[in-house]
Order: sequence, then structure tokens, then C-alpha cells
Amino acid sequence: MGHMWSVLANPHRFLGFSRYAVPSAYSLGLILFAWSLYQALWRVPPDEFQGGDIMRGMFVHVPSAWLCMGLYLGLAVASFVWFIWRHELADVAARAIAPVGAAYTALCLATGSVWGKATWGTWWLWDDPRIMSVLVLFFLFLGYMALRAALETRQSAARAGAILAMIGAVNVPLIKFSVDIWASLHQGPSVIRAEGPALAAVYLHPLLIGFLGQGLLVSAMVLTLMRAEIFSQQADRLMARRLGGG
Amino acid sequence: MRAAPIRRSFVQAVMEAWSGGAGLLLPVGFFSGTAMLVPFALGSAPDVLSDIGPGMLWLALALASLVTLERVFQADLHDGALDLWVQEPAAISLVALTKTLAHWSVSGLPLVLLTPLYGLMFQVPPETTLPAMAAFGLGGLTFFLWGGVAAALSASVARGGLLIALLALPLYLPTLIFGGLTVKTGFEDSAFLFLLASTLFALGVAPPAMGAALRLAAD
Amino acid sequence: MQGHGLGAVRGERILFSGLNFTLGAGELVALRGVNGAGKTTLLRQLAGLSQPQAGRVDRAGRHHWISHNNGLKAHETPRRHLMHWARVWGSSAGIDEVLTMLRLKRPADVPCSLLSAGQKRRTALGRLLLEVRPVWLLDEPFNALDAEGQAWLGTLMTDHCARGGAIVAALHAAAPITPVREFTL
Repeated sequence: MGHMWSVLANPHRFLGFSRYAVPSAYSLGLILFAWSLYQALWRVPPDEFQGGDIMRGMFVHVPSAWLCMGLYLGLAVASFVWFIWRHELADVAARAIAPVGAAYTALCLATGSVWGKATWGTWWLWDDPRIMSVLVLFFLFLGYMALRAALETRQSAARAGAILAMIGAVNVPLIKFSVDIWASLHQGPSVIRAEGPALAAVYLHPLLIGFLGQGLLVSAMVLTLMRAEIFSQQADRLMARRLGGG
Repeated sequence: MRAAPIRRSFVQAVMEAWSGGAGLLLPVGFFSGTAMLVPFALGSAPDVLSDIGPGMLWLALALASLVTLERVFQADLHDGALDLWVQEPAAISLVALTKTLAHWSVSGLPLVLLTPLYGLMFQVPPETTLPAMAAFGLGGLTFFLWGGVAAALSASVARGGLLIALLALPLYLPTLIFGGLTVKTGFEDSAFLFLLASTLFALGVAPPAMGAALRLAAD
Repeated sequence: MQGHGLGAVRGERILFSGLNFTLGAGELVALRGVNGAGKTTLLRQLAGLSQPQAGRVDRAGRHHWISHNNGLKAHETPRRHLMHWARVWGSSAGIDEVLTMLRLKRPADVPCSLLSAGQKRRTALGRLLLEVRPVWLLDEPFNALDAEGQAWLGTLMTDHCARGGAIVAALHAAAPITPVREFTL
């Protein structure tokens, strides 16, 4: 693993590897995602306990919620790796993860809201700890992007972003715990617990395949943004050389 | 390590906060002004006031921390004092913590001391005054610590005010939840212990982050 | 003080790279270079304020740092500023004597926000007198000083080097002092 990391930490090797990884991840991800959608929309029976046909949205919503957490974890790990070892590629990864993470948290909130309208009868519920946790993640991603955008040089953006992402990551468990406490005091008995009984296998398989598909799509998006970032750095360097700066 | 640099950084920061904000007049005016608007915005029925009042004071405290801290590290960066502090052998994290404490004592502590008065104005039952003071004290301190991290990170950003708010507000959430519960339930409930724990957590984590951010700002 | 293979990058632009720098006792080194050449950046790397993107700096003993923004707080008076840093450094220098040498007796108790640029610069230079430190790192120290102030600072710097101290200063060619060595970026 250590060897693989050091191989990929080289931007040229990374460009070579990702050139094939990106299209493969996009195609495989699309196939798996399409299969899970097909299963979700036409094959699996509706679960009346989860609000009837609306529960088919689960196959998009639940994987997106898992991926939000995963993306923030990825941002924090990449930031940590950059902060300790100064692998340039780790910063490129952190920078690429943020917009994908923000988009995914927004998607998760939107699909959750639609589902909430059908099951709880309201678009938005401040008392639901999962909504609140994802909302906080959304703001953490936004803040990270805003901070990077506000700083002048790439070096200072990388350092400040890494500090912020690590501070956010150590706070996430505390935030999660506090909104759980908050929700436990406010949640009325009429609210339906979205987990319900343990998920039947007929739902579980499309769900896991869908998660895998979306995960591959997300990785492909992150890798694409990383490639774009490396190309733009190379272009900047060329430009600087033309201008006679170095 | 000698204590003089830390003591001096506290004195310098208190004098800076004091002279920059007309002493205690500014924070007291800020909290009182916010409190004055509440009945007009939300109605003056006693039960409404006692429900809403503490929440408004929490918001005032959060805003006070953000508004105060915006200038703290930015001023240090622009007048060159940050250069001098970063070169001191005393850890910059400790200096940053001291400065944050100094600004909290000028801009956050007045709310704690004025809580009994606001309690009267908002028809808050007298037995909750003491828990409320403790909650505003600990909560305000935590706000200033996380706000200090956000302010240190955006020290080099020209108009950092909005950015500081965006960075700090998600980190304020646990304190707000535990603090709000403490005002309601008093010391008996576990909410107070959680508030205390989150304050200690901030005391441990925020100073090194501020130190790292200030080193970056000075770079 | 020595710098080995120092490098600095701003954005994507390389300011300098593979730069070796040695400062010996009694030396007064003038940093020269066009605007934007990296004089301030090199000084800040020597001072330990900026992390070099490449290379390292070896320091022996502490140094004084005078930058173009003087390090004064708006509410501080010259007396308070000097007293503050004297206490931080545990120095026992007589503040009144230092103020006399700086010719700041009269505005000693005026807040810095009301002082002229030259008076602010004198106050900052006063830190050099609070504590004996072998190395002085000065960024355009003659800026904003009047003729009398420039002559005084020139003597102060020459005396420091004569006593075995060392100075690195970013200087214009017009500065009223003859460096031992010039270092052009």
C-alpha cells in the first residue's frame, strides 16, 4: 500500500493511471447505478411502511448519505496526509473532493426532503438528527471551498484548507452527538423512523449495488477534477516561465 | 518557559480591545440593544419572552464573538505585531489563546454579568439565573475559541467577516445545543456536563489550530 | 547565520532557488534587487517567519526584526510599546534613556495612531536598543526617517557591526551607509 501511494503521489504517474481509471470508473459506475435504478423503479415491491412508492427514492438517497460522510472523511484524510507529508497530490485531492462533497450533501438534502414530505408530511424537519448532520457537513464543505477561494496563493490555500478540514473532522463526532441529543428531546412519537424494521434482502442488494455504482461515479468525478487541477497547475507554470518569472 | 510574554500578551490584547471598543460601553450596548429589539420583533407576552429571550441572548453572544474577532488577528497581521509574536519562543498557540481569552473577557463576559438583569426583563424564572450565567460563560468562551480559529484562518483575507461566520457557525452548534439545554434544565441535567466537556475540548483543540493558522498568516 | 539552498515560490512564480547565504560576525550585508525580486521574502525566511520552499536556515542566537510595518499597535504610545517588549523579553533597559536616544521624549505618551511615519519608525527601531542580539534583520530601515534620523541609524548600525554584531538589511542604493558586502537578488 505504501508503495502504491508513493507511486501515485507522482503527478505524472497519477495522470497516466487516471487516464484509464476515469473512463472505466464512469462506465462501470453508470452500469451499476442504472441497474440499481432499474431494480428500484420497476422490480422491487413498494414497502407500505416506508410510504409506498416514494421509498424507491431510497436507492438514491441512502447511498448519497453514506457518500457524504465518506467524502468528508476523504477530505480530512487527504488534508492530514498533505499537512504531515506535504504530498502535493493529497492537496490536489482535497481540493477536488470539496465541490463534489458539497454537491452530494445538497443532493442528499434534496432527496431526503422529498422523501420527508411523503413520509412525515413536511419538506424539512429541524428535529431529525440525520438531516441536521448532513446540513452541517454541507456548511463544512462550503466553508472549506470559500476559505480556499479567498486566499491568494495556492500554498496558503492548501495550508489553511488542511487546518480547517482537520478541525472540522474532529468536530464532526461532537456535532453528530449534540444533534442526536437535541433530536431525542424533540422527536414526537408520530414521526416514523426511517430505518423501520431491518431491510429485506430484496432491497439490500440493489441498495448496495447502487452504492457501489454511485461510489464509482463519485471517484471518477474526483479524479477528473484532480486531473483538471494538475493540468491547470502545469499551465500556470508554463505561463510563469513565458512571463520570465522563473 | 517564562510567564511574562503570556501575561504581556493578555495585557496588550485587553488594552487593544478596551481602547478599540470604548471600554465596556460597546459590548454592554450591543447586548442591551439586541435585547431591546426582541419584544418588538417577537411580541411582548411574558410566556413568549421567557421562551425566546435566552435564545436571543445566545444569538447576540455568537454575533459578538464573530464581530469582535474579525479584527483581532487581522490587525496583528497588518500592524506587524504578529511577526514579533510569531518569533517569540513562547508558543504562538498560547499567545493566541491568551488573546482570545482577553477579547472574551471584554466582549463576552459582560453578558454573563448582565444575565440577572436580562432575566428580569425577559420574565425568566429566577432559579434559572445561575445556570444561565454558567452556560453563557462557558458557551461564550467556546464561541470565542472556535471563532478565533476561523478568524486566524481568514486573517489575511481582506473582508473576512462573512468568511469567519461561515467557517465558525457550524462549529458553534454543539455549544448552542448543550448551552440552550443547560439554561432550561439547570445543573442537574447532563446537558451542563456536555457543555463543560465541549468547552474543555475547544480549549484543547482550538489553540494549536489558531497557532498553525497564525504561522501561516505570517508566512 | 547561514542559509543553504533556499528557494521561494510565490503562486507559480519562482522568486529564487538554490540560494546560499552566509552571514559572519561584524558583517553588514545589503540586499539589493529590483522591486519584487524577493528581498523581503529572503529576510522573512532568515527571520524564520516564512518557511523556505526549499533549503534550510541555521541560526545562532536570537535576532531583531524590523519590517516595513513597524509592529506598533494603534493604541500604544512609544513608551508603552517599548515597555511592552522590554517586559516580554525580560530586558532591564531604561525606557527613558532609549526614548531620549530616539529623540522621542516629547511624543513619548502620544498614541501611535497620531504619530508621523518617521516617529513610528523610530519607535520600532527602539526595539534594537532594548536587548543586545547578535543579528539584526532590517527591511528598508531608512524609510520615513529624516536626515538626522538616517545619520543616527547609520551610526547605530556601524557601531553594532564594530562590536561584532551582524546585519542583513534590504537597502536602496541611496541609503547613507556603506555595506561590507552586497548581495543582489
